Amino acid sequence: MVDRIADPWGERTPYGPGEPWPVRVDGFLEGDLTEADVDRWVQSASVLHSNGDAMDIAVADGRIVGVRGRAVDRVNHGRLDPKDLYGWQANHSPDRLTRPLVRDDDGRLVETDWDTAMGRIVQRSRELLDGPGGWGHFGFYTSGQLFLEEYYALGVIGKAGIGTPHMDGNTRLCTATAAAAMKASFGTDGQPGSYTDVDHCDAIALWGHNVAETQTVLWMRMLDRRRGPNPPAMLAVDPRSTPVAREADVHLAVRNGTNLALVNGLLREIITRGWCDEEYVAAHTIGFEGLQRVVDPYTPDRVAAICDITAAHVERAAELLGTSRRLLSTVLQGFYQSNQATAAACGVNNLHLLRGMLGREGAGIYQMNGQPTAQNTRETGADGDLPGLRNWDNPEHIRELAELWNVDPFTIPHWAPPTHAMQIWRYAEQGSIKLLYISATNPAVSLPDLARIRRILARPELFVVVQDLFLTETAELADVVLPGATWGEKLGTFTSVDRTVHLSEKAVEPPGEARADLDIFLDYARRMDFRDRDGGPLITWSGPEEVFEAWKECSAGRPCDYTGISYDRLRGGSGIQWPCTADAPDGTERLYTDGVFNTDPDYCETYGHDLVTGAELTADEYRAKQPAGRAFLHAADYQPSPEVPDEDHPLLLTTGRTVYQFHTRTKTGRAPQLDAAAPEVWVELSPADAARYGIAEGDLVGISSARGAVQARARLSGIRPGVVFVPFHYGYFDVGAADRVPRAANELTLTSWDPVSKQPIFKVAAVGIAKLADGDGAASPAPTVGGSAPVGAALPPTAGGPGAEATSRTQKE
Amino acid sequence: MHLAHYLGLLHRAQTNLADAFRQVGGAHGEEPDIAHLCQQQAGVCDGHAELLQPFAERYAEDAPSEPDRLHSELFRGTRTGGIGLLRDLQDLYLMAAECDVCWTVVGQAAYGARDRELVQVVSRCEGETATQLKWLRTRMKQAAPQALVVAD
Repeated sequence: MVDRIADPWGERTPYGPGEPWPVRVDGFLEGDLTEADVDRWVQSASVLHSNGDAMDIAVADGRIVGVRGRAVDRVNHGRLDPKDLYGWQANHSPDRLTRPLVRDDDGRLVETDWDTAMGRIVQRSRELLDGPGGWGHFGFYTSGQLFLEEYYALGVIGKAGIGTPHMDGNTRLCTATAAAAMKASFGTDGQPGSYTDVDHCDAIALWGHNVAETQTVLWMRMLDRRRGPNPPAMLAVDPRSTPVAREADVHLAVRNGTNLALVNGLLREIITRGWCDEEYVAAHTIGFEGLQRVVDPYTPDRVAAICDITAAHVERAAELLGTSRRLLSTVLQGFYQSNQATAAACGVNNLHLLRGMLGREGAGIYQMNGQPTAQNTRETGADGDLPGLRNWDNPEHIRELAELWNVDPFTIPHWAPPTHAMQIWRYAEQGSIKLLYISATNPAVSLPDLARIRRILARPELFVVVQDLFLTETAELADVVLPGATWGEKLGTFTSVDRTVHLSEKAVEPPGEARADLDIFLDYARRMDFRDRDGGPLITWSGPEEVFEAWKECSAGRPCDYTGISYDRLRGGSGIQWPCTADAPDGTERLYTDGVFNTDPDYCETYGHDLVTGAELTADEYRAKQPAGRAFLHAADYQPSPEVPDEDHPLLLTTGRTVYQFHTRTKTGRAPQLDAAAPEVWVELSPADAARYGIAEGDLVGISSARGAVQARARLSGIRPGVVFVPFHYGYFDVGAADRVPRAANELTLTSWDPVSKQPIFKVAAVGIAKLADGDGAASPAPTVGGSAPVGAALPPTAGGPGAEATSRTQKE
Repeated sequence: MHLAHYLGLLHRAQTNLADAFRQVGGAHGEEPDIAHLCQQQAGVCDGHAELLQPFAERYAEDAPSEPDRLHSELFRGTRTGGIGLLRDLQDLYLMAAECDVCWTVVGQAAYGARDRELVQVVSRCEGETATQLKWLRTRMKQAAPQALVVAD
């Protein structure tokens, strides 16, 4: 037995390059149950992080009683993240929503029946849709946690039913830059690499990616290589001392917001020291001269000054990258949620293009996702994309969708890119969006500048629909709340970062009157009576498998081609990687193996942008570049972040996660082991800053920005001096209204976004701090595991005790 | 030689555009992308004006007196609201368009004057002005339907 709270990564199973990753099957069953007590095992995969770990759900007496990793699956070989081991218990939480809620005349949310709740939504929708520009009064804000079928249905409702471009999701906060960078460099979205690249690589570079806490199973795979023969070298770029940074051979603790300067400097070293694959660059890329011109002034000394690291560190990092033979890069929020996000993420793509490190074993890129099913939001067009990774500016792509849905192409909004999340909120603030339909996400905790978000949600003119499992901080402000069924209570598919599609079966019935999100969307479509161009119903589906089959048709011929996948093929074995077609019936492990990219003007997903301003290029300008299947080497100069420290706010704030919590704790905060491991917000400070402000471990600290202020107990950690970290998980749902003290990190963050990906900047805000009260020697509630590990003082280690003991079986046993 | 007049025209157009970018950015702080990018592009315009300054001074030495109606006034302050934003961006667009065509004219003259240094400055700056036009057009395209068709 293993306490997977004390040790989130479990036992090592070392292996060497090119060897198969050993199987280790992790499991957890409630109480004293053993596998003999389990009636059925029901196939699924994780929805509490983006790795896509496959698991079986244990059912006994019609209840979920535990989980077990699937040994046959290509993604995890049986392993599970601690959030998956314990997080399913939230399904049983007594405060699950079981009936719809509506506001009564006194402004209170009261229980009602589905007809009443849906009737109110449909009545308001009809009023708003009536008249010119009616489409513009609707905003849909969805999630990275629903299933593919749900997103696709929502996409068709929004784009062909209502005809609005105002549709985005929480994926804008987590994965928009991944998509934007891949579109810009390679022509379309779609992860080039495969998780098996870890098995073959000789170097791993982690760019703003604390994989140890965000995708623990991927980290286990990396650690197993690091403990085996001929381990890969490791580079980490992160201002915090995360487990990744501590493991890495080279750690660059750059000043927040300076990633692009670093990447430009590294690219300069790669070029000037002769580490380019000149043949690859000549045959498969466009833009080398422009890139060289931009990066040339970024000498190691200049980069050292901008990023506040040493020139020797820049040179060592460049050597690690430049001399590797099989280089794997992973990129996440340290880049995506920071200054110049798309340009910096494109810089990592450039590194791999310059070195010819794509499309072969061990040479790959993971432009990661933050949320479990974010990949599908992007593919199906439930966010700021079009279904099938189509190009909104290409009339032929719009015609294909119109034909597929049998609607007038004029119905589908394509006069501009789909409206990004922050702009949707701005329209709601200004009053032109009058109905905001929020599904499976919690913007009242997750968006920047929460005081503003609460103000918008509370506007009397704004009709807010929230579809969720619990009465979240957002649902508290809704006009109608619809109770959703969740993972294990509904059927559908979703797709991991490395394009692996998994099926998630229904194990048990949802509680009370809660309904699958798909059923709710289809009910809304039916009641709205959306019609196609021949007067027939726009949407005729009645269940997930029908939607999946329709989605396959939509995906045909596009990069994310699902036509070779079916529910039956996903049952029993491993997940399958798209594209999966008649020509590639077992799926496709790596993209761009022939160095031919998706940049053909008729096929690409975008005609491109200026990375500095976001200015769009036209079809003619794009065609004039004659990409002919070559990838783009985009480059831009470093510019300081929109907000930098000043006298009143001399420190930099960054936000992020702990391994024990997901998103706004809607589920993980209701799983006892996870909640106990990280029960309350904290703030991380370097010992140097703590000394300067007279703050000790456990002291109560006030943190303030131009937007607001929060309180948190101090953890003295290995974070770089001048930077403070506050985890973004903690909102207010578990605190009574009268006792709420500001603690959500996003009270502090600023409303600002990357000009291309439109992803908000959560990693760079200027703050001031002050000690508010003495901790009297008690440690802060921060876990001792992960990025919040203490320095200096010996504190009681985070542990789960007997209630967290999980099974873990390796092959040798 | 009349080149000095066009250099002066362009220099003043860049200075005016920088000022207008700052005013529009400052007036629309609730549109953070516009606030930030306007400040940033004001800096780009400052840089252009700075690069032009020595050429304007050099050519001014042998220039005849300035012709009538050389300068135009395209900006009279910012507005508020959705349509106000569109109109402000449109003002910036027209001012940037004046700079854009001035770069073409000055660039041609620089070739005529066999002034390699000025040709280099023009080729470096005219692309940045073109990007400003593209950005303003992109942003106006996005904003127009909501401001003109949807908003009350």
